[in-house]
Amino acid sequence: MHQESAIRKPLILGEKTYGEITDDVLASVTGKANKSWWIVFGIASVMALWGIGCILYLLGTGIGTWGLNKTVGWAWDITNFVWWVGIGHAGTLISAVLLLFRQKWRMAINRSAEAMTIFAVMMAAVWPGIHMGRIWLAYFVFPLPNQFGSLWVNFNSPLLWDVFAISTYFSVSLVFWYIGLIPDFATIRDRVTKTVPKQVYSLLAFGWTGNAKAWNRFEEISLVLAGLATPLVFSVHSIVSMDFATSVIPGWHTTIFPPYFVSGAVFSGFAMVLTLLIIMRKVMNLENYITIKHIEYMNIVIIVTGSIVGVAYLTELFISWYSGVEYEAYAFINRATGPYWWSYWAMMTCNVVSPQVFWFKKLRTNIGFTFFMSIIVNIGMWFERFVIIVTSLHRDYLPSSWTMFHPTFVDIGCFIGTIGIFFVLFLLFSRFFPVLPLNELKTILKSSGEQYKTKAEEH
Amino acid sequence: MAHNKVIYAMYDDDMVLLEGAKKLVAKGIYIRDVFSPFPIHGLDPVIGIKQTRLAICAFIYGLVGLTLALAGMYYFMIVDWPMNIGGKPNDFFYQNIPAFVPISFEFTVLLAAHGMALTYFIRNWTLPGVQARNPYPETTDDRFVMEIHPTDNGMTAEELAKHLSEMGTINIEER
Repeated sequence: MHQESAIRKPLILGEKTYGEITDDVLASVTGKANKSWWIVFGIASVMALWGIGCILYLLGTGIGTWGLNKTVGWAWDITNFVWWVGIGHAGTLISAVLLLFRQKWRMAINRSAEAMTIFAVMMAAVWPGIHMGRIWLAYFVFPLPNQFGSLWVNFNSPLLWDVFAISTYFSVSLVFWYIGLIPDFATIRDRVTKTVPKQVYSLLAFGWTGNAKAWNRFEEISLVLAGLATPLVFSVHSIVSMDFATSVIPGWHTTIFPPYFVSGAVFSGFAMVLTLLIIMRKVMNLENYITIKHIEYMNIVIIVTGSIVGVAYLTELFISWYSGVEYEAYAFINRATGPYWWSYWAMMTCNVVSPQVFWFKKLRTNIGFTFFMSIIVNIGMWFERFVIIVTSLHRDYLPSSWTMFHPTFVDIGCFIGTIGIFFVLFLLFSRFFPVLPLNELKTILKSSGEQYKTKAEEH
Repeated sequence: MAHNKVIYAMYDDDMVLLEGAKKLVAKGIYIRDVFSPFPIHGLDPVIGIKQTRLAICAFIYGLVGLTLALAGMYYFMIVDWPMNIGGKPNDFFYQNIPAFVPISFEFTVLLAAHGMALTYFIRNWTLPGVQARNPYPETTDDRFVMEIHPTDNGMTAEELAKHLSEMGTINIEER
């Protein structure tokens, strides 16, 4: 059997048996929702409904209901798109990259992080969709001959690459997540007694049997899908960044964008995972599985990616001067000192300065502080996209066309709506799905469970 | 003795089952199958399960995806309707290839992942509406069950049960 070094902290606390792991994780599925779940669900539903209302109004009336103008043609819509896609990077990074690196601590968080990924990518896809204006013509993005005539979509365009990247990422993440869920649905199917839930979970479990050959295939497909998803994670946000980097707008036209966007995406993704899991472990009594150690590991990822983002900001600033291109230099002077200076400095404080406090062990193992920081990071990452998009556009080459961007209630409503829909989906997930991967946790119980580790030490 | 009798031996620990399986196989007993709530590492070679070839399938699906993507873009962008986009050269396929890299990669991954997943579902026969075939519902929770057919081993069910009872089983049932 696999032995683990005694100095590594246990990943499953308490005296757990296989059966108790099942009981603990499925308590939410077999039990009833508590009051706090209903309160949060109620708030999220109201936000979602308001957002859906705004989106319908937008589709019915037109893009003019947003605050866009001739100079600032991309604003909150694309900011929100990139923000959501970025958040959607943590799940597959955790389940794929950390699987390849054999990081066992991923097992407590990968299921909910992947769920978060899938919901975040769905929210991201809303934005280019509604930005089209005439969403009923959305099939134009697929390589069908245009209007079913003879003109094709442009395969040289990064916007089309994005269509392929996002749809591949979404569908592959969904399949990866579902394949891991099947054995756990089978556990629920074999446990619940009421007729309707039993039938529903039987359907969801696809008749999973758990025989030796099936497990052999299961492990193989998990490994290969992880191998396929790893470059996919890095490619998706690289391609999103090319939407900007391949244009000739000062402030966008830089080669640093792909790695800079990817690390920013992982940074914000981990922050969102922390926001969700710190609440979830408390509400669902999962403190023995999502331990302080897990939170500390995630905070370390936040320091690393936050520092990469910081270096990228400074490099960008240096290159804007070193390039000798006055338009490029002006774009950055305008970011820091122009009318949007506050958004630039909000981004700098939230993303570059604040994660550095996690160098102190006391702070990165403090749950309340981590929760606060995870929200700060997500605010900072939203401002990063806003700074890149709006401040690069609002002062173009002709001073006569300089403008500001003012969001309307529809801008704000649609954004709040996507947050609401995201939380509705995540809350439903936490109520009806196994939130921790049971089958994976059980495989590490004997190598990383607390009672087995102390026993091994005594020997 | 009925022809289609099956013996199910239940364990409550994966390591006990693995040790038991090694001893049974050493005695020349053939274990048809093992049902467990999670993969038992090291069991497959003991009971004679070969490594799956799913990864090879994924590679082939990936190659198909790459070929389709490149062929499609060659036809759309070079043959059928060449467009002058920012003056980028597109008279020949090789000139335009840098712009085709992202989609070629994405489409390769798309087909490899979905092709493999579909093959996995069909080979495992896990599809919507399929009935579960695990003998006990506990095998998806915390029990581990061995399936042995007396007829495979040319011995009676009683003899087999006697061998099994020495292996740390918690329950032996004949069905």
